[in-house]
Amino acid sequence: MEAILSFISQHQQMIYIVILMIFVGIEVIGHVPAVLHTPLMSGANAIHGVVIIGAIIVMGQAPKDNYPALVLGFLAVILGTLNVVGGFVVTDRMLEMFGGKRKSPKEEIRNSK
Amino acid sequence: MGSNLLILIYLLASITFIIGLKMLSHPARARRGNLIAAAGMTAAIAGTIFLYKDENGNALHNYAWIFGGLLIGGTIGTIAARKVKMTAMPEMVSMFNGMGGACAALISVVEFGHLMHGLQSAPGLTVIDAAFQSGLRQHLLIIVAGLVIGSISFAGSMVAWAKLNGKIKDFVFKGQHLFNIALLLIILFMSVYLIGWLPAGGVSLFYIILGLSLIYGVFFVMPIGGADMPVVISLLNSFTGVAAACAGFLYDNIAMLTGGILVGAAGTLLTILMCKAMNRSLLNVLIGSFGAGNKSTGGIKEHGNYKEISLSDAAMIMNYAHKIIIVPGYGLAVAQAQHSCHELEKVLEAKGVEVTYAIHPVAGRMPGHMNVLLAEADVSYDKLQEMEQANEAFPATDVALVLGANDVVNPAAKTDPSSPIYGMPILDVELARAVIVNKRSMKPGYAGIENDLFFRPKTSMLFGDAKKVLQDLIGELKAL
Repeated sequence: MEAILSFISQHQQMIYIVILMIFVGIEVIGHVPAVLHTPLMSGANAIHGVVIIGAIIVMGQAPKDNYPALVLGFLAVILGTLNVVGGFVVTDRMLEMFGGKRKSPKEEIRNSK
Repeated sequence: MGSNLLILIYLLASITFIIGLKMLSHPARARRGNLIAAAGMTAAIAGTIFLYKDENGNALHNYAWIFGGLLIGGTIGTIAARKVKMTAMPEMVSMFNGMGGACAALISVVEFGHLMHGLQSAPGLTVIDAAFQSGLRQHLLIIVAGLVIGSISFAGSMVAWAKLNGKIKDFVFKGQHLFNIALLLIILFMSVYLIGWLPAGGVSLFYIILGLSLIYGVFFVMPIGGADMPVVISLLNSFTGVAAACAGFLYDNIAMLTGGILVGAAGTLLTILMCKAMNRSLLNVLIGSFGAGNKSTGGIKEHGNYKEISLSDAAMIMNYAHKIIIVPGYGLAVAQAQHSCHELEKVLEAKGVEVTYAIHPVAGRMPGHMNVLLAEADVSYDKLQEMEQANEAFPATDVALVLGANDVVNPAAKTDPSSPIYGMPILDVELARAVIVNKRSMKPGYAGIENDLFFRPKTSMLFGDAKKVLQDLIGELKAL
């Protein structure tokens, strides 16, 4: 019990952030129309790629002679970058197509005239 | 100065993540939202590389390794994301998600190594004071949580990827759910033992937990098939978010924490929304697996004969219809027939036929899969109807054209309590005056269930690859 209380008081700010972010996350997603579900999932996927920051810190702190840490850290940086870059590019590609459809009804009207 | 600047950058990055997600909820602003989040992420990465200092004020080193990793990952990621076909998008998202999970797990592995290294070099290991021990436990708790969640997410995403790719099939054995629950309990028990008692064999125990988590991830996704795959990917997506947040806790890093929790919460809600669309609880999706295990239920029933329709007859019916609703499914995606579909729509509209699309929330392999696909073919937004809207419109519809959809139009979901999809809301295509179903063969859909719809008197079957059939239909219609 003592341990739990001290954990909460030590990490007060973090716990507040966690709770508030849970509500923000739910609030933000609640209004997304079904048509945007796939890009949304993909976009959220890219955002959790923020884990790359941890990978960079691990890599940057690894002692020069600790090869397992260097290799694992290197791998983590590659995988994290894949997540971030791939995620954002895929999302952009999907959304690009959504943007494209905006023109078509007007074009059709023009064509029919 | 440097570290204060970094704090500001992290703050801004966190805000861009929230704004980015918010803007993704508006079709017109979605793309900009994505770019804003990407910009925030870039700033956070650059800031970390150049401005990060540890508690002792040391900057990062190993720049060659860091930039090498960024370059390799960035290049592969860009190429993979640019080259992937629209139909393979869901797999790609699953794959990238797995990479994030693996990244989080690797961070935990390295940090655990640091922790153990620090312990061994500390003098008088047995007389560690209580404060140090509780700090150690907190640290370890976060590391183990990141490890377990990250590796489950990685293994699960890889299985989901391979499944969607058709590389592996559903795999179920008797008592698998009990086995899964037991495995999860063992992982939890081991983690508690490791953190609470700090046993002598802690290092090997840590790696056993890693191995078991990977195995659990595989068995977790293995039995789930067909219509439920989108739900699983969304769930794994939120797992990775939580794993990223664990890493954020580890480094006291606000940007990672906000980003991770944001995605964790949003992903969970999205998962629940998708379950709701199928009228089932999340537990039911995870436990009541579709596919191989349930195949016997549909087969026993006696089916009548189905009726085939010729291309010219189909074209004729559609030509004289007033209103047609197209119901797209995974078959459309596989055949890459979205452009032909749009062309058919245009040809019909030129003939004065009203054409709309009925989108079932779980049609395809991802939520919104059909929307993305049709958007690629420039199908206008206002032509896409959601399930409720479409079901209201079917009675006034002359022809419901089902293109490669199966489970989402299966009446068994309403009538047959023994069916594994019983209770899932479906598109009531039967309310239309005529139903034309395009499929490649009479084989059951991804969920492995027979579909009564095909044997109903109103239904006519139009066999063949969706793209070819649509092109032939267009040809016939133009000739009329």
